[in-house]
Amino acid sequence: MATANIEVSETPLVLYALRRADDALILGHRLSEWCGHAPMLEEDMALSNIALDLIGQARELYSYAAKAEGKNNDEDKLAYLRDVRQYRNLLLVEQPNGDFAQTLVRQFFYSAFADLYWRAMMNSCDTTLAAIAAKSEKESAYHLRHASEWIIRLGDGTDESHARAQAAIDHLWAFTGEMFAVDDGERVLIHAGIAIDPGTLRGRWLQTLSDVASEATLVLPQNDWMQQGGRVGRHSEHLGHLLSELQSMQRTFPGLTW
Amino acid sequence: MYTQALNTAETDDRGLEDAGRAAQFQARIDAEERIEPNDWMPAAYRKTLTRQISQHAHSEIVGMLPEGNWITRAPSLRRKAALLAKVQDECGHGLYLYAAAETLGTSREELVDAMLAGKAKYSSIFNYPTLTWADIGTIGWLVDGAAIMNQIPLCRCSYGPYARAMIRVCKEESFHQRQGYEIMLTLCRGSEEQKAMAQDALNRWWWPVLMMFGPPDSTSQHSDTSTKWKIKRFSNDELRQKFVDATVPQAQYLGLTIPDPGMTQDADGHWRYSEIDWTEFKQVLAGNGPCNRDRIAARRKAHAEGAWVREAAASYAAKRAHRQTAQAAE
Amino acid sequence: MATPNTPLWEVFIRSRNGLAHKHVGSLHASDATMALQAARDIYTRRGEGLSIWVVPSTAITASDPTEKGMMFEPAESKIYRHPTFYEVPEEVGHM
Repeated sequence: MATANIEVSETPLVLYALRRADDALILGHRLSEWCGHAPMLEEDMALSNIALDLIGQARELYSYAAKAEGKNNDEDKLAYLRDVRQYRNLLLVEQPNGDFAQTLVRQFFYSAFADLYWRAMMNSCDTTLAAIAAKSEKESAYHLRHASEWIIRLGDGTDESHARAQAAIDHLWAFTGEMFAVDDGERVLIHAGIAIDPGTLRGRWLQTLSDVASEATLVLPQNDWMQQGGRVGRHSEHLGHLLSELQSMQRTFPGLTW
Repeated sequence: MYTQALNTAETDDRGLEDAGRAAQFQARIDAEERIEPNDWMPAAYRKTLTRQISQHAHSEIVGMLPEGNWITRAPSLRRKAALLAKVQDECGHGLYLYAAAETLGTSREELVDAMLAGKAKYSSIFNYPTLTWADIGTIGWLVDGAAIMNQIPLCRCSYGPYARAMIRVCKEESFHQRQGYEIMLTLCRGSEEQKAMAQDALNRWWWPVLMMFGPPDSTSQHSDTSTKWKIKRFSNDELRQKFVDATVPQAQYLGLTIPDPGMTQDADGHWRYSEIDWTEFKQVLAGNGPCNRDRIAARRKAHAEGAWVREAAASYAAKRAHRQTAQAAE
Repeated sequence: MATPNTPLWEVFIRSRNGLAHKHVGSLHASDATMALQAARDIYTRRGEGLSIWVVPSTAITASDPTEKGMMFEPAESKIYRHPTFYEVPEEVGHM
């Protein structure tokens, strides 16, 4: 017998927190898949650290979402008992690890955004979100540093690493637009000073990317056609497989404590 | 233990070396002095330690795989974070140990290549599969418990870098066993299905864990040298007995049954276990355990697929050094 | 084919303000920036550090242990370098 999905009352604030929590959990989960399989032991350590930071962020955001919702949900119910259509993360973070270049480019795109985003969110008038942002900003700043150094080395390393890094950039580029999109519900939160408008960050994000790409002798794509859908639960095929693994215990053994 | 194949220590070849230096060396060991990397040491001491420390390092790294198998399926976010942190610690421990081994003059790359080529051993325990979540609890409780039993005396090993690495490892590992026991406790206080899962895991892991301590003293001929050099301070059977005595009450507290119907408690309070199946142990060490091939294949794959990344980093470093030299020349 | 060696680095960490950097271990990295990042990820996971130095292992020059006698024993007899060598009457107080 499989456990049914929980229902979540997605008020703008709950939805807001869920989206950020899902981003952090799914990306943290992806990175945790590397543990034991990285190109060098030093990178096993680094990627696990980033994964742990992200899982930590996810837990705080889920707890906040559960509190904001005020029903009987908690971090684990939100993580383990929502189906693929109920997940609200960016399409970018659910993309498979691929090779090391693909993982690091995905991390670079996301961290360059998250660093700016959480720094701006430190001014949120919601004190819990501001506190989560302050902690996440420091973590994201390091994630960005780590990823940038690798992008430079892969881009300006060997012919093979250059080709792989460029291919990863070209492949993942179309998933970056979603980071800056805002819907009506979120706009209400922005006006209330609870959330910030990610659209305002795009210029600086692009600047970070250009600086690093140019040092790495890599080129950013010109194509601005972007994939959308993650924020409303219209995902790529990859997320379902990830969730079937992530949720397997809770789905197989309903309602138990572990 | 993590270095259980070491019971084939190098025979002492000091006869071929400067007898005076060898005597001085032994006198330092007897006086509980620590030996440091640049100190003179008998070739057999160097070789034995290189092998033991690198085996220990390989065990930590291969040991990431059975537990890593459950990181993506951990049943709660709290458990997921704890397991990932634990497996990451094991990677760190492997790293400290490779560094300690390198002080004896063999590079990490060379040591790893030997492991990937199947020429170096690692602990037999990691060749068993993790089938259920209870296996993660059992590994933390028993495998880490056994490892700590072995590693605490190694903190006083005569070779300084190894002893220092062990101190750091023991400090970090203190949470691992507790993490495992907490998982077991949760299962044993849970549903019938969960209790059965816990018992099943104990049934499968108990005997392989006892084998971790290595062959019985009666058959291991070379421990003498390791003992004389103060690399090894307790015999395999001494440590195994200590472990069993510590573990039985923990199992009783959980309400689990040790899968050894012949086990009895003697007058001194020691729990006497039945004969261990040493044929299985030998087969697993020889490469015929349930997961030996998978483990090596996974490490080889990570190593091979990481080659282009390591090359890229090296190539970038060379380019940058070249640019800096060129700039300085201007 | 043998795996090419990645340079070895020694890691020193200042655990608290006011304390000196102390050797904590080693790691492998292709260059100094990567070594510093790796040191952070490996040796400060439990809040052990406020400052990190990484030094290429090859940059360290060590004294020869066989010269220990010549290097260090001559200092042992210079007991007049230590305060306890000198007698000051107790009534003078702490000095």
